[in-house]
Amino acid sequence: MPTLDQPKTSSTISSHSMQKEGAPLRRKARISYRAALGEALAQEMRRDPTIVIMGEDIAGGMGAPGQQDTWGGAFGVTKGLLGEFGRDRVMDTPLQESAIIGAAIGAASNGLRPVAELMFNNFIGVCMDQLLNQAPKFRYMFGGKLSTPVTIRTVYGAGIRVAAQHSSAYHSILTHIPGLKVVMPSSPFDAKGLLIASIRDDDPVIFFEHIGLFDKEGEVPEEPYTIPLGEANVVREGTDVTIVAFGRMVDLSIAAANSLQTQGISCTVIDPRTTSPLDEETILESVADTGRLVVVDEGNPRCSIATDIAALVAAKAFDALRAPVQMVTAPHCHVPFAPVLEDAYLPNPEKIETAVRSIVRAARA
Amino acid sequence: MPSEIYGLVIPKYGMVMTEGVIAKWHLDEGDIVNEGDELVDIETEKVANVYESPHAGVLRRKLVPEGRSVPIGSLFGVISAPNAEDAEIDAYINAFESSASSVTATSAGGTSAAVVDIPGGYIRFLKLGDDPAPAAVLVHGFGADLNNWLLNQGSVAESRSAYAIDLPGHGGSMKNPKIATIDEMATALLRFLDAKNLQSMHLVGHSLGGGVAARIAIEKPGLVKSLTLIAAVGLGREINFPFIKGLIEIDRRKDMRNLLETLFHDPALFSRDMTMGVLNAKRIDGAMTCLKSIAESCFAGGEQTRVLRSELVQLPMPIQVIWGQSDRIIPPEHAANLPKSIRVHLLEKAGHMVHMEKAAEVNKLISHFIAAN
Repeated sequence: MPTLDQPKTSSTISSHSMQKEGAPLRRKARISYRAALGEALAQEMRRDPTIVIMGEDIAGGMGAPGQQDTWGGAFGVTKGLLGEFGRDRVMDTPLQESAIIGAAIGAASNGLRPVAELMFNNFIGVCMDQLLNQAPKFRYMFGGKLSTPVTIRTVYGAGIRVAAQHSSAYHSILTHIPGLKVVMPSSPFDAKGLLIASIRDDDPVIFFEHIGLFDKEGEVPEEPYTIPLGEANVVREGTDVTIVAFGRMVDLSIAAANSLQTQGISCTVIDPRTTSPLDEETILESVADTGRLVVVDEGNPRCSIATDIAALVAAKAFDALRAPVQMVTAPHCHVPFAPVLEDAYLPNPEKIETAVRSIVRAARA
Repeated sequence: MPSEIYGLVIPKYGMVMTEGVIAKWHLDEGDIVNEGDELVDIETEKVANVYESPHAGVLRRKLVPEGRSVPIGSLFGVISAPNAEDAEIDAYINAFESSASSVTATSAGGTSAAVVDIPGGYIRFLKLGDDPAPAAVLVHGFGADLNNWLLNQGSVAESRSAYAIDLPGHGGSMKNPKIATIDEMATALLRFLDAKNLQSMHLVGHSLGGGVAARIAIEKPGLVKSLTLIAAVGLGREINFPFIKGLIEIDRRKDMRNLLETLFHDPALFSRDMTMGVLNAKRIDGAMTCLKSIAESCFAGGEQTRVLRSELVQLPMPIQVIWGQSDRIIPPEHAANLPKSIRVHLLEKAGHMVHMEKAAEVNKLISHFIAAN
């Protein structure tokens, strides 16, 4: 596995160790997505001693005397946790994803509540037995006697020039598997509330953090809070078109909707926040109002969450549709390394606008 | 002598507003405008509000078309005396635009809530303005938080510091279910006033916060220069208990939205953001326990447990009562039969959230009342 340059980490994270239990944090109201995730982990670890975290370089980097706790995972999310919680609860693992996920699942089925970090979702291939045939089936196969309260945090998405093996968006593959929950926060507020809800959930949760969102800032309450898994966020309300978007695609869709507003086209933007469970009701109700649907997703298009939502609406809201469903996704190919091709690969506000305009025109003609 | 020319700028509602959409113009260029006339509807992600003209004159320019979003502090229209020349108007706009970047940067600058320790916990507050005049303290109602004053706090803060606080168990304040009665919340707020070294202030309270404000005035009349009670508890027994129960029990966005519409005369003013604000606040650790505990203490058996009427009428400081005539949470009849010394304002076409629905009118009532006292 190639190493990345150590990314910038936010200084707000290092304040973890200074917080006393139960005391309110005193930090600025707006923090980054990265800091929101770190705060969620720290607050949950203070609340529940059975929570342990494990992953590659999440503590301080393997065998680096004198430099402990300088790294905090590849993206700096766990920085500061080793100092507060120690090596028994913050575990650096060997560079072996099947072992990380396997150990976390085993620990979860034996009384701990682990949060494991999978550095890139591209590495999910080597732990697929654990995620396909083990963890999601325990509750089912053992007659409800066993739960597996594990959260697997992983990084996905393109746009930062790290090529095909570190840039994919494989949330649809995991969404396919019954028994897994799949979470995709699009903002710092959602990142914290959804991560706390995921940790407290008694089923295995795969938590997708977008590589391009770590520095995004937003208002985040200081106290711990939850967002229910399976509740969509209606980010923006409009009357002409429903845009359903996931993860980083939410911001791009809002940009497109704002631009379309000035052209007289009013869009609802729905962020389902979790692909499994999926808040079907919110999507269907919105399409019943607008009659038009555009799904925006960064994953490849075949057998994907985008086709899934399109099928849902075609099956359950066909009468409401006034125009064909549009999908704005990556093409059916890998993330290119050439910057100009990587940019062309990704959805962007212009592509979303074009898709929206195509069905508004079609419907008005 | 140059003619009178007034610029209309996008106001900032609440802490996080950075932009506003001109949703609708109510007048055309060339129309005569009276002070207080409805000029435009301004929408933000938090709230939609009618912007009333701060000046009389002629509407000379509509600079932002309907549907366009512009940053707070932007010039969106110009009003002038009828005799102003077009060239003067253009010169005014050019002069505004050349200085606009600094104006926008200042007004968009960081106002954010802070937290202060008090004995036994902590209180979140938002302070706007810092005139040395005695401060105003705004206290929200059950299940709400300091953002409830987003259309009012800026107006109050024009002449003094205005503090909006989160009651215990609410927003970003301490979550201690043992602080549940009006008296216990008043004690916590007195500790907040002490921590901020506020020794003389004007209190403004809405709903449950009105009861808490009244209780503070009763306990420490020397601190309170004036008391504004908006659709307040403490003046009668009745309360819409199914609403209180719903606020606690409902966790679905759609059901919550339907419930919260009860707060308004005109539910169209109601935004998705308010629904999410209430749900998000309930999802903070400990908040639900506190809300239940407060409801059990303050509204046991489905009615108000603490009626402060007899103590209120004996208070030395000036008191005004503001109520929306269509209030479906606490009946406006609770404002009846008060002594003449208490001024009562019943506003038409307004529900329980009268300070949002009739923000301009309520702001004027508060400002004039505070200024006179």
